[in-house]
Amino acid sequence: MERKYRVVHYLNQFFGRIGGEDKAGTGPLGREGAVGPGLLFQEFFGHDAEVVGTVICGDNYFNEHPQEAKDKLLEFIKGYGPDILLAGPAFNAGRYGIACGAICSHVSDQLGITSVTGMFSENAGVELYRKSAYIIETKASLTGMKDASGKMVTLAMKLARGERLISPEEEGYIPKGVRMNYSADKKGAARAVDMLLKKLKGEPFTTEYCMPVFDRVEVLPPIDNLSEITLALITSGGIVPRGNPDHIEASSAKRYGKYDIQGVDQLRPDEYETAHGGYDPTYANEDPHRVLPLDVIREMEQEGVIDRLYPYYYATVGNGTSVANAKEFAQKIVKDLIRDGVQAVIISST
Amino acid sequence: MTLELGRILIEEVKWGRKTLIKKRSLYIDRDELIKKAQGGDTRITSITAEIARPGESTRIIPVKDVIEPRVKVEGRGGIFPGFISGVETVGSGRTHVLQGCSVVTVGQVVGFQEGMIDMNGPGAEYTSFSKLLNIALIIDVANNVSKHEHEELLRLAGLRAAAYLGEAGRDVKPGRVDRFEFKRPSSINEGSKDLPRIAYLYMLLSQGLLHDSYLYGQNVKNVLPTLLLPTEVMDGAVVSGNCVSACDKNTTYHHQNNPIIEELLMRDGVDLNFVGIIVSNTNITLRDKQRSSDYAVKLVELLGADGVVISKEGFGNPDADVMMNCAKIEEKGIATVMVTDEFAGIDGGSQSLADSTPHANAVISVGNANELISLPPMDKVIGDERIIEKLAGGMSGSLSVEGGITAELQVIMGATNELGFETLSSREV
Repeated sequence: MERKYRVVHYLNQFFGRIGGEDKAGTGPLGREGAVGPGLLFQEFFGHDAEVVGTVICGDNYFNEHPQEAKDKLLEFIKGYGPDILLAGPAFNAGRYGIACGAICSHVSDQLGITSVTGMFSENAGVELYRKSAYIIETKASLTGMKDASGKMVTLAMKLARGERLISPEEEGYIPKGVRMNYSADKKGAARAVDMLLKKLKGEPFTTEYCMPVFDRVEVLPPIDNLSEITLALITSGGIVPRGNPDHIEASSAKRYGKYDIQGVDQLRPDEYETAHGGYDPTYANEDPHRVLPLDVIREMEQEGVIDRLYPYYYATVGNGTSVANAKEFAQKIVKDLIRDGVQAVIISST
Repeated sequence: MTLELGRILIEEVKWGRKTLIKKRSLYIDRDELIKKAQGGDTRITSITAEIARPGESTRIIPVKDVIEPRVKVEGRGGIFPGFISGVETVGSGRTHVLQGCSVVTVGQVVGFQEGMIDMNGPGAEYTSFSKLLNIALIIDVANNVSKHEHEELLRLAGLRAAAYLGEAGRDVKPGRVDRFEFKRPSSINEGSKDLPRIAYLYMLLSQGLLHDSYLYGQNVKNVLPTLLLPTEVMDGAVVSGNCVSACDKNTTYHHQNNPIIEELLMRDGVDLNFVGIIVSNTNITLRDKQRSSDYAVKLVELLGADGVVISKEGFGNPDADVMMNCAKIEEKGIATVMVTDEFAGIDGGSQSLADSTPHANAVISVGNANELISLPPMDKVIGDERIIEKLAGGMSGSLSVEGGITAELQVIMGATNELGFETLSSREV
């Protein structure tokens, strides 16, 4: 027989039967067994799982001391040795929603166990935590308690058992903003013609990918004292020392390299090459300056057009590399550049 | 224009003393196949031929192209015009297809931009090529051959081999004959006059430098968007010369069996009127992109289309072309649907495309090519699997000691094909 899963439930002061708004400052505490809505959860779990403990914290306390609240609650939760954490549901209560999202996300992260909460779609906690926690979509008020509890329990059991989820709509949770592959019932070509005919007839259809919204970086004013600046070179064209010592991937790069060019005036083809898998490497390997113009910049340095070239250059591969990875690289690189007083950067792409 | 496609079902491929088809089995004279594929070109130093069957524990890597053997039996021109045959307009008469098998060219051209096919296990699920009887040609070339020549040598050897095998089907009675008729848009009959007029914008990768596609032997990089009959592709008018990421390059096989064209032909006169195909290119400079999209949109208008299906090839840079095409067509009041894959990162949490337009409100996603897959070791490897770590989609440590592979879906041939050849899609979870 399958063992019984252990569940801990998080509640605020109101649902935890401590008191109303006057008790919202109550700090974290633990209770054995199920309290309030936890009794309903227990009914839904039946013999599959047992609500072994309940942790409670006042809404104000949590939002005013988030780190302390999370740390303390984590200690209580750990003590029960749970497989599952349920939080709320918080419906449209904003402070409660934020607390539920925060504790679910923290516990999943720290203990690696399943956690599920429930909120109304416009709860402030949704935007903050939908990417890091499973949030069942609920009605705005308490009238949705039974429906929400049933869905939270079903989803929690599926996750705990490692079952494959069908879809956010089917399971009732708010999409986490993560793309996942699945096999559709028809080929893409047939789906395309179906969608086009629906669009032409004015019938409802659902696009399979909503257009992304891009960051737009404001252009800075030109530099007027070029001869006094330190300039750095960065490339997403994959120019690396031969042998690609940092193993930068040919596509969807997960890393970048930082290479010392003190005293290097020429990128010789026997010393440098491209690691990029998205373009024909013939010409870049023949003359790496075609992608990283070190030769010209060195001349400009000697002529005094710029004061000096930064002693390192950075390289990655911009071939299908995710925006999230690119952003992370940039944040790290910028730290070096600002610390070392670099005022301008030339980024060569391919 | 009418083309009859006679489908000869091939259920087994074996080496034999003579190349012929007998009772749904294709027997191949191995030496003659190799000789024909080489075509007397001394820059090709060696060719080995192997058979990989569906369900076998076999991995083919690095794969360049996949080609279906066909032969022109009646009508103008020959198969693969501009390469194997003359340049007469094809697409009419009768063509025989050796259905169920293919020629797979194997060889390391660029090192990054080839792909793999698993004939068994989870990797096989991602590509229709695992369901074919694959005749793999492992081709080596002389040391002094440039990468561009290398690509050409493999491309031509593959086409020659497919044409040679296709000949075996010339006098065989096909199990099924499909008749494709394409009417002039002006001759649409009364009954179907009220159906929406649908055109197909067929974008081919043409960035130069090993990222090329060919139309009647001509590199489409240098061609202004033009009109093409649906049946011309079935005779091999469009050929792949691509060395790009394996998942979303259109192999020659995909072109020969373009599923968008098949879908539109099948539904022509039923729930739509198929008014034509505009072949367009995907060049690298902004000027080229603007010129081509303006020209393509003009042709869409000339065809009097109410709606357009747009297919893409490749990712990143071509996102700019597809968005430009989509926006310009929508601005004319003509509805579009585009087919694209996604590069949303391994965790699926990143933006999937490099460009966007608010006009693109009807998109078919054929999957996130960054998703990580784990493939078990195979008993037999055709080619060399050590290359996996350098392939686009591979990474340091992709190959385990036992021969298992962990890599991005990107490495599998045709896994996120943007003609919509597979059922794969991606959604937000």
